[in-house]
Amino acid sequence: MVKQKIVVIGNGMVGHHFLEQLANRPEREMFDIVVFCAEPRPAYDRVHLSEYFSGRTADDLAMGKIAQYREWGYDLRLNDAAINIDRAAKSVTAASGANETYDHLILATGSYPFVPPIPGHEHEKCFVYRTLEDLDKIQAAAKNGQVGVVVGGGLLGLEAANALKKLGLEAHVVEFAPGLMSVQLDEGGSKLLREKIEELGVTVHTSTATELIEEVAGGRLRMQFKGEAELATDLIVFSAGIRPEDSLAKSAGIELGERGGIVVDNHCRTSDPNIFAIGECALYDNRIFGLVAPGYSMARTVVSLLCGEAAEFNGADMSTKLKLLGVEVGSIGDAHGRAEDSAAITFVDEQSGVYKRMITDRAGKKLRGAVLVGDTSDYDTLLQYHLNDMDLPDHPEQLILPALDGAAPALGADALPDTATICSCHNVSKGDIVGAVQGGCCSLGDVKGATKASTGCGGCSALLKNVVDAELAALGMEVNTDLCPHFPYTRQEIFHMVQVEEIKTFDELLHKHGSGKGCEICKPTAASIFASLWNEHIHKKPHVGLQDTNDTFMANMQKNGTYSVVPRIAGGEITPDKLIVLGQVAKKYDLYTKITGGQRIDLFGARLEELPEIWRELTDAGFETGHAYGKSLRTVKSCVGSTWCRFGVQDSVGMALAVENRYKGLRSPHKIKMAVSGCTRECAEAQSKDIGVIATENGWNLYVCGNGGMRPRHADLFATDLDDVTLIRYIDRILMFYVRTADKLQRTSVWLENLEGGLEYLREVVIEDKLGISEELERQMGNVVGTYQCEWKTAINDPEMLKRFRQFVNTDVKDEKIVFVEERKQRRPATREEIVEIAEPA
Amino acid sequence: MSKVAITRAEWRQVCQRSDLVAESGVCALLGDRQIALFFLPQQEPQLYAIDNWDPIAQAGVIGRGLVAEIDGELTVASPLYKQHYRLSDGQCLEEADIQLAVYPVAFEGDDVLIRLDQ
Repeated sequence: MVKQKIVVIGNGMVGHHFLEQLANRPEREMFDIVVFCAEPRPAYDRVHLSEYFSGRTADDLAMGKIAQYREWGYDLRLNDAAINIDRAAKSVTAASGANETYDHLILATGSYPFVPPIPGHEHEKCFVYRTLEDLDKIQAAAKNGQVGVVVGGGLLGLEAANALKKLGLEAHVVEFAPGLMSVQLDEGGSKLLREKIEELGVTVHTSTATELIEEVAGGRLRMQFKGEAELATDLIVFSAGIRPEDSLAKSAGIELGERGGIVVDNHCRTSDPNIFAIGECALYDNRIFGLVAPGYSMARTVVSLLCGEAAEFNGADMSTKLKLLGVEVGSIGDAHGRAEDSAAITFVDEQSGVYKRMITDRAGKKLRGAVLVGDTSDYDTLLQYHLNDMDLPDHPEQLILPALDGAAPALGADALPDTATICSCHNVSKGDIVGAVQGGCCSLGDVKGATKASTGCGGCSALLKNVVDAELAALGMEVNTDLCPHFPYTRQEIFHMVQVEEIKTFDELLHKHGSGKGCEICKPTAASIFASLWNEHIHKKPHVGLQDTNDTFMANMQKNGTYSVVPRIAGGEITPDKLIVLGQVAKKYDLYTKITGGQRIDLFGARLEELPEIWRELTDAGFETGHAYGKSLRTVKSCVGSTWCRFGVQDSVGMALAVENRYKGLRSPHKIKMAVSGCTRECAEAQSKDIGVIATENGWNLYVCGNGGMRPRHADLFATDLDDVTLIRYIDRILMFYVRTADKLQRTSVWLENLEGGLEYLREVVIEDKLGISEELERQMGNVVGTYQCEWKTAINDPEMLKRFRQFVNTDVKDEKIVFVEERKQRRPATREEIVEIAEPA
Repeated sequence: MSKVAITRAEWRQVCQRSDLVAESGVCALLGDRQIALFFLPQQEPQLYAIDNWDPIAQAGVIGRGLVAEIDGELTVASPLYKQHYRLSDGQCLEEADIQLAVYPVAFEGDDVLIRLDQ
């Protein structure tokens, strides 16, 4: 087969999306693919660019990985800008001199920032806000400065102002128009946004035209505005809009729009049928689409066409919802009510700082647009009415008014057509979700995994849950969230009942709220809840029969019925003397010894009756239980940190010790693993842990809800540059909130994925104290910390507890059925075949 | 303890009431037979004796399992692979062809007595 050749110019987000989509199709094999990229690195997430200043690294932001491209078989040419297109020869020449012919050429050249031609704009302290290199330059310039000015009060300008603020500068925004975000917001919304942003310490100058920029004494810049006003600053960032990067197309004689942009039809084809243009460089229907979602949509259209399928790009909705400097802003459709016969419904709450406005047709039946500032909780519902052209309810004002009974009228999932887009990040329709549920997904988490819905910005999670629940109900598969047949409640509900009614024993709980005699699901769950709340010894009389075998014997049962023993080695730090003790104990009891992944030492093969003796020796040497057997904190892994490492910026071992000693003994819905890294090199792999802490120059970045193992999940960045006290306070709150609300045996990763509102909601609960429970969470954690006891130390001093550790209640003989053989100079359980051989030697 | 070949039905004293753990299990050795004893003070009967050997896991661990009520019947969940064995007759609920031996067991004062038929 003769392959066709595709040349892609540009490797931004849209160019990457095109390549990613194509890679996942079998038709991929029909093409040879060359990619020219002017930047030194493959595509990265420009939407979240400002997070570069709050701890995310270039690696974190990366979308295209070089290794991934290699695996896909793409020929990626970094740092090599295409400089000429020869349409007659169907070839592209690059800066390096490389020349590639093409059958199909994809222009994904994106856009460049517009810099108004103000005299002085080329000064070395004037920047744009587009690439990681731009950000590096801004950061360097901000180092010794106090003031930073952004020219441009649009969406990107406010992002840039946020970045300047994060760099510690006094930030100003200078906008030529009378209001901020004038494209997306009407006057009222814009006014409120301004007030809120000024409250956060950003100075806003609107209706202000800059006439001159000049350097003054001390190397600072002076901005002269029209009229008398002026402003002194250390640097200026221009963010006054984008222009399509169409110069290559222009010199190749491809048709451009009057004010630039590569003209494309609804196949994204340019005036040359062999050349496509996608993303911000393309002009469709005389419009540039400066958002990532329409760009992705164009990319998918071209992939489909190249694969021989019918597809069209028919424009895109430019509605948007985002958080700017912490202020929620949403804009839908015709936000200004420019269409004829528009009527508006406006709700303003100056008390709480909320502005909502709906634009409808004269009859009040169709939603044409909306503006939301300060509260975007109605955005999803309004967007669905708008996108699907659905009839509004009889009293449409109900959609934006605060509901009197507390619950906003949610849009019934049944009302949505199958074509309704639920997740615009991954283009998942209601039909896709219904299909996934019918195909066997029966939880929110399953549907997310199967469709990727709500795994982008997460903004659609509430709506997604509605659709999933409705479809499950329609199939008669009402999701049973009961803990087990004995308790018709969720774990969260039981936790609440135990807490409020101060229930201390399983019998009482069963008597009050359950039925029957309990089972291996509800018993350990109840034991865990009692421990989280009241923290009594797990072997205290009423709790004895509730524990799993590992908790019962405070060791981990192995396949032949013997146990492994794991003493706590907090932070992985251990003295030579203690290491020697571990060796001596292991040798004395002939225990197979292995280093664990959590920086401790596991001793295998202890017989039941040997456990107390082993622990007597270990506690005498100062060891404590490691809770390797419990659904509780396991380890806090650490790198060696600033004490020894030349790269370390904080004492990661010290922090790991503090964290491990604080949370050891905390019983939780599932095991918890943590790590602390001393610098951004992340040698402790904190981003794969439930709680991950990474040192920064200014403190600690906190990552949450990561996981390794069977279902790896990269942890989410929760907060940045925290001091020690705040870090611990946040971890206290997060862990207790997890302990309270998670399902049985639910790790933090799955918990977060199922938490309505996701990471943002968790931040609201923990940082902003939205539920008003922070103090209580901290108090509960304080109680657990304050009542900590080493369970083993208590047990070996209690003859009643020790009785449990007899192999046989009527004799001291050993269990002869436990057979070991030697391998690599240590012993291990004999296999079944080996046992037969030993019993009946040949 | 000497190994006694048990060839006829007899009640034997195994241990004291205080050796048992309420709501849970312990293990006794009779001859070369390991027997798990469960003491459930709130149930009727209160005492259960069942083979300690888990034939699926190939380990003597049944006495260390959790007592679980499944569909109204008392069972013990094996600690290794979690199969349920009915305390009344030893039947494995997950594997129809696996059944553990069970033994008559009773209190006589504070003594725990067990009867082995073979």
